[in-house]
Amino acid sequence: MSSISQRRPLGLQIFLAAFIVIWLICAAFPFLWTLWGSFKVELDFFSVNDWTDALTGDRTKATHGSAFTAAGYKGAWIQEEFWRNVINTFVVCLFVVTTSLTIGTLGGYALSRSGYKYVFWLLIIALMFRALPQITLVSGYLPVFFDWNIWGFLPTAIIVLVAINQPFTLWMLHSFFESIPKDLDESAKVDGCTQFQAFRHVIIPVMWPGVITTGLFSFLLAYNDFVVTALVLQESNRTMIPAIAAFLGTTQTEGNVMFAVAAVVSATAPLFVMVLFFQRQIVSGLTAGAVKG
Amino acid sequence: MKHRTFFWFFLPTGLAMLVFIAFPIVSVLMQSVFLPHEAVLIETENCGPFGCKVETAIDQEATNKLREAAPLGRFAGLEIYKDRGHLAFSEVGEAWRTTDSLGAFFSELGDLPFYRAMAFTLTYTFVCTPLLIALGFAVAVGVNSLNQRLKGLVIFFSLLPMIVTPLVGSLILFWMIDSRGVLGNFISYLANDPSLSLKASTPLMWISLIIYGIWSSAPFAFVVFYAGLQTVPQDTLESAQIDGATRWQRIRYVVIPHLMPLVTFVALIQLMDNFRVFEPIVGFNAEAHATSLSWIIFNDLSGETQQLSAAATTSVLTILGVAVLLSPVLVRTWRDFKGGH
Repeated sequence: MSSISQRRPLGLQIFLAAFIVIWLICAAFPFLWTLWGSFKVELDFFSVNDWTDALTGDRTKATHGSAFTAAGYKGAWIQEEFWRNVINTFVVCLFVVTTSLTIGTLGGYALSRSGYKYVFWLLIIALMFRALPQITLVSGYLPVFFDWNIWGFLPTAIIVLVAINQPFTLWMLHSFFESIPKDLDESAKVDGCTQFQAFRHVIIPVMWPGVITTGLFSFLLAYNDFVVTALVLQESNRTMIPAIAAFLGTTQTEGNVMFAVAAVVSATAPLFVMVLFFQRQIVSGLTAGAVKG
Repeated sequence: MKHRTFFWFFLPTGLAMLVFIAFPIVSVLMQSVFLPHEAVLIETENCGPFGCKVETAIDQEATNKLREAAPLGRFAGLEIYKDRGHLAFSEVGEAWRTTDSLGAFFSELGDLPFYRAMAFTLTYTFVCTPLLIALGFAVAVGVNSLNQRLKGLVIFFSLLPMIVTPLVGSLILFWMIDSRGVLGNFISYLANDPSLSLKASTPLMWISLIIYGIWSSAPFAFVVFYAGLQTVPQDTLESAQIDGATRWQRIRYVVIPHLMPLVTFVALIQLMDNFRVFEPIVGFNAEAHATSLSWIIFNDLSGETQQLSAAATTSVLTILGVAVLLSPVLVRTWRDFKGGH
């Protein structure tokens, strides 16, 4: 876009800038508004009389003596013990990401290094599995989990999430390993390594960028899951997202919507930090599958 | 790589998918054609000082025996598929015979849970997908014209609606469009109707859900198209310009054809994801106005009595729906594959 002939006329430039500003407001404003409102009382956040109440916090001042209050957070984290759900979520995410990457890396590497026809079919089957709504599988799990008495526990949810995650992980890692020259491990094999030794000593040291990107998406899948965790976990083992859904059922009647608002903001914060640090990896991960075909 | 080595490398992930994806599909299929055994009831006459009473009780022994003899339940064939909660053949036939216009027929269909959910799921899928592709493309063109420093910041904020948990994102929007929330206030001010509530109106609820769908998925289209824009061949653009193509013509005849494979990719992913729409319905508390296939399954599975057979049947129908959606892609891939060998 350096040459003068390609420079845009002023009118178009202004139009594009205005469009981007409107898009930014749509994308970011809801989050900022909810963050701001989470420190108010319910009558300010949901104001019948005047929407500016949420900005000035008149009723918050009247109730708590200051325009900001952490009452919602206190109620959610201490009274409703949201911290338990937070711990559960991070346990689930940690194990899902590590397990899923370990077995996914082996599988994805094998798919990229084998030239046989079945590789194509395995990838197509994985694509079909990826297309299935997860909830259709859950109705298949439940009777078996009840029979075996493994319903309700964190490890059950972790194994299910790992399996559901595999098709996507395989596709992503397959296309990533394709981009690592085959000569690398071939020459290691010529020097007398077995396939696994070649993988261990030659591929593992150079695979981290792709593995980290895939790991981010596995983390997102586990963190954002509602369907599996809501139906497979019992109440005491709930992760954050089903806990928030449960808040809605119980707290709205008690007039404590602010607990749910505070919990929602708490659940968004880690994602915010993640995008902040890993923006480049997320963008490259989203485009990897697309640009390579 | 040798078959044997491949086998060992692929075994863990293959096993995970076999046990937790392939078997459950079979299990869902089986459940959808079997009904659970009804408990065997026995009537006993209890005579006391105040006369005789007939009591019915569950014969545990006989029930257990029945369950052991046929652990899958009793075979129902396609009975569950045909009942009122699913394809409702007799109700549909009835409606077809008794109504005299197509409009009346469809409104009769709208009272049957499966068709109601299907109507919303399909509308959501086929309205959201093209609109989010268009919005994503527009944002990508806009961001591409910004200077380097602003780009990072804009991309950061643009990613948020997509990255955030669907349930959380829909709750955040729902609280804003609540009649007491900031957007709800603004909309009723615009419409000059203080009593306007999005929650009370079915068309408005559908529109809100679709706007949520576009809002949450447009960033994905944006990121993919933005990456595609970086690879547009500059030579072609310049020669088009020398030949006198206007700015719009360059976008229409150079940029869009270059991005076409990416549009197919985004459309494929988004059709799959929008077809499973579920969380926004929970977040918007919208089940009175809009239900989806996934929502029906969830509703059957949660709650006091789990209706496993009903859920399994809806699951099979959903899987068939996904297969129909995916079939053009699969057929094309199959042709490419055959052409390549």
